[in-house]
Amino acid sequence: MRTAETTEKTPQAPTGTGRRRALRTPGGLSVRLDTRALVVVVLLLAAAFAASVVLIGTGDFPISFGDVVKTLFGEGNPGQELVVNELRLPRVLVGLLVGASLGLGGALFQAVSRNPLGSPDVLGLGQGATAGALVMIVLFSGTTTQVTVGALVGGLVTGAAIYLLAWKRGVHGYRLVLVGIGVSAVASAVNGYLITKADFVDAARAVVWMTGTLDGRDWKQVWPLLALVGVLVPLVLTHARGLRMTEMGDDVSHALGVRVERVRLVLMVSAVLLTAAATAAAGPVGFVALTAPQLARRLTRSPGPNLVASLCMGAALLVTADWASQRLFGDGQLPVGVVTGVLGGVYLLWLLVTERKAGRI
Amino acid sequence: MLVDSVPEQRAERAPAPPTRRAVRSAGLLVAVAILAVVAVASIAVGAKELSVAQVWHGLFADSGTYADVVVDERLARTVLGLLVGAALGLSGAVLQALTRNPLADPGLLGINAGASAAVVTAITFLGVTSLTGYVWFAFLGAAAVGALVWFLGGSRGATPVRLALAGTAISAALYGYLQAVMIMDEAALARMRFWTVGSLSSATDGTIRQVLPFLVAGTVLALALARPLNAVEMGDDTAKALGANLNRTRALAMLAATVLCGAATAACGPIVFVGLMVPHIVRSFTGPDLRWIMPYAAVLSPVLLLGSDVIGRVVARPSEVQVGIITAIIGGPVFIFLVRRRRTAQL
Repeated sequence: MRTAETTEKTPQAPTGTGRRRALRTPGGLSVRLDTRALVVVVLLLAAAFAASVVLIGTGDFPISFGDVVKTLFGEGNPGQELVVNELRLPRVLVGLLVGASLGLGGALFQAVSRNPLGSPDVLGLGQGATAGALVMIVLFSGTTTQVTVGALVGGLVTGAAIYLLAWKRGVHGYRLVLVGIGVSAVASAVNGYLITKADFVDAARAVVWMTGTLDGRDWKQVWPLLALVGVLVPLVLTHARGLRMTEMGDDVSHALGVRVERVRLVLMVSAVLLTAAATAAAGPVGFVALTAPQLARRLTRSPGPNLVASLCMGAALLVTADWASQRLFGDGQLPVGVVTGVLGGVYLLWLLVTERKAGRI
Repeated sequence: MLVDSVPEQRAERAPAPPTRRAVRSAGLLVAVAILAVVAVASIAVGAKELSVAQVWHGLFADSGTYADVVVDERLARTVLGLLVGAALGLSGAVLQALTRNPLADPGLLGINAGASAAVVTAITFLGVTSLTGYVWFAFLGAAAVGALVWFLGGSRGATPVRLALAGTAISAALYGYLQAVMIMDEAALARMRFWTVGSLSSATDGTIRQVLPFLVAGTVLALALARPLNAVEMGDDTAKALGANLNRTRALAMLAATVLCGAATAACGPIVFVGLMVPHIVRSFTGPDLRWIMPYAAVLSPVLLLGSDVIGRVVARPSEVQVGIITAIIGGPVFIFLVRRRRTAQL
């Protein structure tokens, strides 16, 4: 552990310094600009948009790429408008928002726990939100809205429990990870119990929910999620600078004037909210929060938390996975969580091997 | 673990004074007595309460009354609990010594999940139905995941955090796979949702007979390894200087842990935290000598498992909560307590 931490604490030398420029205003403000990261973000946004358009065009009533774009900008025929705007667009928007929230939440968790595996799915947030949702499904046979609220409450309670239990004169990465694993085990035991208590119909519904699905999502799910993301993303980005400092270790960042615990608390609360809201909307879609920040980091080749790139990567990944689950298995056959789970699992193995070689986990 | 055990280890190097050995042996007898009490409770408590006299009658003078039939039903369950509990406790002790990691547990390291995934694959896709058939798949899954986690966690340089993360991440992937199987195959959901939480309720004489040889072999091997594993715990250099054959010990220890977890999981489904908690509790009063930890763990782990099973039957009467759920609910807080108690340097 000690050796691993020292390597983590050493700020990695910025690669390709030539591509980084500083924008300076005459007033003395300056912003560092990483051209590569910017290009990656733009490309990921384009990929997410393209995947969304393809996904909207996919289904029992296929629509061509051009027609979808035309309809989105308000120039399609009434039939296409109904299918696109009322039926398929909300589902895709939920997918984009959930992916973005999971990507950003995952990046924050990994940065705070200083571990590429410290993502919300490993730390038990997904399990906690699932417990909340299953209580609604199994004990109350709740409506979709009640299940959503249950998942949100479950996720927030779990997040608070992990933070408080890991607190001991500050929260350290390793304690956060291990406490999260313990909480996750308890939550999955509760989930297992609820599933055995359920009658068969509720159990089948619960298992589908637990895997994560975008089926049947409409505008009612879009607005709250959009509002939350709209508030939290700017909040997180304004604290990103402090987060970057904390990666150098608590002592160094204290010396540099960062209020470490405050930054960590604000970011953890935001990450928990983002993850819980995403889980409430789509179920605990596995491994997006784990893989998106890692893929983003490899594309930008930048050592920092890569928040914006992770966000875009999460959105692109989830929509692509949803498209793949519909194309490969037919509409409504397999939920998107199965695709992300299988692909994520394979990626995880590869990640474990390479990160181990580099000594980062 | 290693730091706070140093003074005791030093004391241990001299042959233990006879009084100390007597105290430990007496303690072991007390532990066996506790186990007997819990075992009787496990037969007596349930949807239908039995008196101790009825239990005695059912065990030793079976005359086919209603109470005797109940005793027979619960006897299979209790015996399986004894065997599986001992297996989990011993495999936890072996894994903690092997990885020199205080937080090692077959559940946390993903070994149970590996066995579960292999068993579900065998049942769903390969049409294996008998326990004797799929117990081999359980071994295969347990061994494959055990080796993978050990390799990914950093082998010799493994830290508790790395191992736990590698194990949890692989478990998450494997449980995702199990869910996918349950979504695609409704028959599998109907069967698996009870098995995947870890339960003793399906125990029959047949189950016991089928896993008994494996559990006994694993237990004997684990107990025989206590002495060589003591050397492993001292670190590579000291162990080599003492003339221990490290690679052979490691391989045999991995084999013992795999057989014990694999057979236990095949019989009852994945049960977490028993292998973590009991060796920890035992170590606090025996010190670090595995020759004492292992017998104590083998006796006290079934106490925990059967005790949890009894609790599970009492809290949700007339139905029951599966034992794997109770152990996780007890074990999670204990695990968090252990994590909080340790200093960074020790992890």
